[in-house]
Amino acid sequence: MYETIYHRPSSVDEAAALFAKGSEAKYLSGGHTLIPVMKQRLASPSDVIDLGKIKELIGIDVSVDAVTIKAATTHYDVAMNGPAQKAIPALAHLASLIGDPAVRHRGTIGGSIANNDPAADYPSAVLALGATVKTNKRSISADDFFKGLFTTALADGEIITQVSFPIPAKAGYSKFPHPASRFALTGVFVVKTKSGDVRVAATGASQSGVMRVPAIEAALKANWSAGALDSVKISADGLMSDLHGSSDYRANLIKVMAQRAVTAAG
Amino acid sequence: MGVEGIGASVVRKEDRRFITGKGRYVDDIKLQGMTYAQFVRSPHAHAKVKSIDTAAAMKMPGVVGVLTGKEIVDDKVGNLICGWAITSKDGSPMKMGAWPAMAPETVRFVGQAVAVVIAETKNQARDAAEAVVVNYEELPAAADIRAAIKPGAPQLHPEAPGNVIYDWTIGEEAATDAAFKSAANVVSLDITNNRLVPNAMEPRAAIAEYNEAEEHFTLYTTSQNPHVARLVLSAFYNIAPEHKLRVVAPDVGGGFGSKIFIYPEEMVALWASKKVRRPVKWTGDRSEAFLTDAHGRDHLTKAEMAFDKDNKVTALRVKTYANLGAYMSLFSSSVPTYLYATLLSGQYNIPNIFAEVISVYTNTVPVDAYRGAGRPEASFVVERLMETAARQLKVDPGELRRKNFITQFPHQTPVIMAYDVGDFGASLDAAMKAIDYAGFPARKAKAKSEGKLRGIGLSCYIEACGIAPSKAVGSLGAGVGLWESAEVRVNPVGTIEILTGSHSHGQGHETTFAQLVADRLGIPISQVQIVHGDTDKVQFGMGTYGSRSAAVGMSAIFKAMEKVEAKAKKIAAHQLEASEGDIVIENGEFKVTGTDKSIALPMVALAAYTAHNLPDGMEPGLKEGAFYDPTNFTFPAGAYICELEVDSGTGKTSFVNFVAADDFGRLINPMIVEGQVHGGLAQGIGQALLEGAVYDSSGQLVTASFMDYTMPRADDLPSFKLNHTTTLCPGNPLGVKGCGEAGAIGASAAVINAITDAIGNNKLEMPATPDRVWHAIHG
Ligand SMILES: Cc1cc2nc3c(=O)[nH]c(=O)nc-3n(C[C@H](O)[C@H](O)[C@H](O)COP(=O)(O)OP(=O)(O)OC[C@H]3O[C@@H](n4cnc5c(N)ncnc54)[C@H](O)[C@@H]3O)c2cc1C
Repeated sequence: MYETIYHRPSSVDEAAALFAKGSEAKYLSGGHTLIPVMKQRLASPSDVIDLGKIKELIGIDVSVDAVTIKAATTHYDVAMNGPAQKAIPALAHLASLIGDPAVRHRGTIGGSIANNDPAADYPSAVLALGATVKTNKRSISADDFFKGLFTTALADGEIITQVSFPIPAKAGYSKFPHPASRFALTGVFVVKTKSGDVRVAATGASQSGVMRVPAIEAALKANWSAGALDSVKISADGLMSDLHGSSDYRANLIKVMAQRAVTAAG
Repeated sequence: MGVEGIGASVVRKEDRRFITGKGRYVDDIKLQGMTYAQFVRSPHAHAKVKSIDTAAAMKMPGVVGVLTGKEIVDDKVGNLICGWAITSKDGSPMKMGAWPAMAPETVRFVGQAVAVVIAETKNQARDAAEAVVVNYEELPAAADIRAAIKPGAPQLHPEAPGNVIYDWTIGEEAATDAAFKSAANVVSLDITNNRLVPNAMEPRAAIAEYNEAEEHFTLYTTSQNPHVARLVLSAFYNIAPEHKLRVVAPDVGGGFGSKIFIYPEEMVALWASKKVRRPVKWTGDRSEAFLTDAHGRDHLTKAEMAFDKDNKVTALRVKTYANLGAYMSLFSSSVPTYLYATLLSGQYNIPNIFAEVISVYTNTVPVDAYRGAGRPEASFVVERLMETAARQLKVDPGELRRKNFITQFPHQTPVIMAYDVGDFGASLDAAMKAIDYAGFPARKAKAKSEGKLRGIGLSCYIEACGIAPSKAVGSLGAGVGLWESAEVRVNPVGTIEILTGSHSHGQGHETTFAQLVADRLGIPISQVQIVHGDTDKVQFGMGTYGSRSAAVGMSAIFKAMEKVEAKAKKIAAHQLEASEGDIVIENGEFKVTGTDKSIALPMVALAAYTAHNLPDGMEPGLKEGAFYDPTNFTFPAGAYICELEVDSGTGKTSFVNFVAADDFGRLINPMIVEGQVHGGLAQGIGQALLEGAVYDSSGQLVTASFMDYTMPRADDLPSFKLNHTTTLCPGNPLGVKGCGEAGAIGASAAVINAITDAIGNNKLEMPATPDRVWHAIHG
């Protein structure tokens, strides 16, 4: 790790001000992405601004319409939150599948979606549920937020403050973990909204990060059942291919995980 | 046996310090004035080092020195050696290229060191290492066996044309060919034995200290064999004479073979400590471990087995290419030859065997012994062939094996080994019973009705352990003898120290060795201290690898104990005015049989050291040493059966059951044996399902971290059911065979046999990742 200056602001505004002052500042939340790359000397921020202790960034609100998770809330807290479990069980289930207990106790939703790792779990839920990402500057809809591998709509210095998930009629998440990293080799989040719309997002599969899967959405809209996907063909074009999963294998996983997610959603 | 004697599952003495964080590993040691080393490593798999500019680095804060490959060569530090000479079939010696500890001219694998920075702190050393400017001229690389043996392949070493190190054979070629000609059936397989990264929990580390006034070096290092390290460092590397070099291997967090070898980093640390006149510490990080620890396995094999019309094996023919990496590591040459091909007879009576092994250089880190070392590869070949044959011949795989088991002992195989004892049928019976083999077809049918693919796979392994009779290995090219030493010191108050040449890096010697003493003297193990891992304390010894510490190391202790007991009995007889022949040892007392006369061990010890009243002519003291050279290898063997299900939608394998029936001879501590088997099985299953080191075609290690290299985790593994059958090893006084490697040797074939049974398709390579299994099912 290179030398850096650590800050612990107590408000979002103070954090943003510190960021503006630093020459190459970085926000730190759970640190489970940032710290490893700093230790490998692949990142060398001048200033590290810790959002993890800012009270206004921690907590979960559940209303009749939405589950709102503040940015520095840990995966563990989401997985274990009773009202959230009840409102969107698939979301709490997804959080419970991230990494291992140590990761879940440190890693946060804000860090995960700001990082937008193409194999991270949360982006699939954000996209499929049509969530709204709120920052210190604006609100961004899920469809506009993810911009490809490790890229988002966030401007430099912009801070995610919370993510608001509309409560769906049905939702399910099925993840096939990468054997080594246990991120998603492919994970599929299926949603039937209260208005009857169907949204399906796959993570871990595409070369351009989390994506909607229109073929599956169409089939499920016609018939919300695992069997409805039997005849759906997923193209391997544009999917990732690596040591642990060729693109045709990932194409298969998109379908199989979608079927299992539908079964789980009921 | 007594509560703490042989056969008792005594809780491990060493665990108190390990689980309370009180272990003392190399990195825990801090010396006055210590500096830190950071290596500058090649990012290229093959390149000429055109120039190294150290000027900027030298000016960085805290830098004490920057040293390069040229300087280490100028100082006449020797090239790394390979300790086992192999002769090719044409009679020529193996073709070894030079391996300097830091590359002065050419780098041949990613991660090879070209320079080292020594600084006041670790971070300063890292900063300055980034400021060393190395100018490389990239060369084409050969990153795997196929690329290395292709016509026109990049040449690694001028000494080895075509990148071939040796082309070695064993067995009778003509007789084997003839047997194939007259065979009723022939089964053949192409096998890839995947390359593995050892990944001991503690990465390698070294601290070197030079005492100028004494011209004496001390090296603290993560070694499985500190005396061998000292011998090699002094006799071949020209750094310090043996009597001026102390090597200490304190607590060592796992080795699996990878810490047998003497690596460039500890050589450089020693040499540098004299150059900079400061203690030098190097602690490898996990990335360095992936890139620079010797890897294991990496074979490409074509294997064929011939059967007569009664399904008896008549011959085995094997051709193997072995990847030894860019340089020949310390025992690399022996692993795919004498540790591999000599086990190709498996548990079977095979009249004709012929094997050819061609070892090649590639632009990858060196490959050497890793848990099992050659024997897992052999067992995998034989057991995959057996299973494939059973399917091809449409007979039960258990029956086919039974029909061909060796049942008469001793048994001379056509490939050097003389099996001393065993009962292979008994192990297979025990394993079949444990898994309810007879009930499998019904379970498979039921699973099928639920849409699941269920399979069962057998593996009947044998290994040669207790390495090894010195004369025998000497005649086969080994540069060292493979005996072991022990010294038993009875202190004046009757407590005991055992100085052993074995080295524990997780095996639990501090407990099991003490149990032997407790057993013989009837004293608690708390009265016994095991001393190992320090060349200043312990007499020359050969260290721990090849499941040898019980069979060879404890046999040396046994011999030394016999000498101590004989002397102690003389003293006791003298003190008790009895005849020496009437003295028996019980519960820490020397008793005159048939009387109530006795004298306790502490009193005998005290008498030995006060020497006021010893038999005429007896020397004072109670301390004896012994060297034990085994008469043969030992042959642990057993049967593993794996039952599993494959998810045809994802290709994922889930275990239903995994049973083991091992014959390790006498068990000293059954709990520790179970732990060893569990760990071995985890590594064998890891090889079968999860682990695989992969270099891309340019020689970059793709699996250079745990994000890509799948280490087995607890939830990847089944709950093992272990059984033991026992035939006592006749070759050593304890009847023990060794248990450290069995799991890693036998497990992988059982798993692959089970998956291929489940999916009804034999085209599957290790690691059988879900992707591969899914492709095997769906094409
Ligand atoms: C061993 C291991 C296993 C893992 N397994 C999984 C897995 O299975 N699935 C999975 O999805 N993830 C996994 N992760 C990643 C984990 O979920 C991380 O928590 C997550 O990727 C980043 O969250 P963080 O809070 O740690 O962010 P940090 O590392 O602190 O930050 C990540 C990035 O986001 C930025 N950032 C953080 N918070 C904000 C904010 N509020 N506004 C704007 N920018 C911000 C930071 O500046 C940084 O660039 C794993 C991580 C590890 C170490």
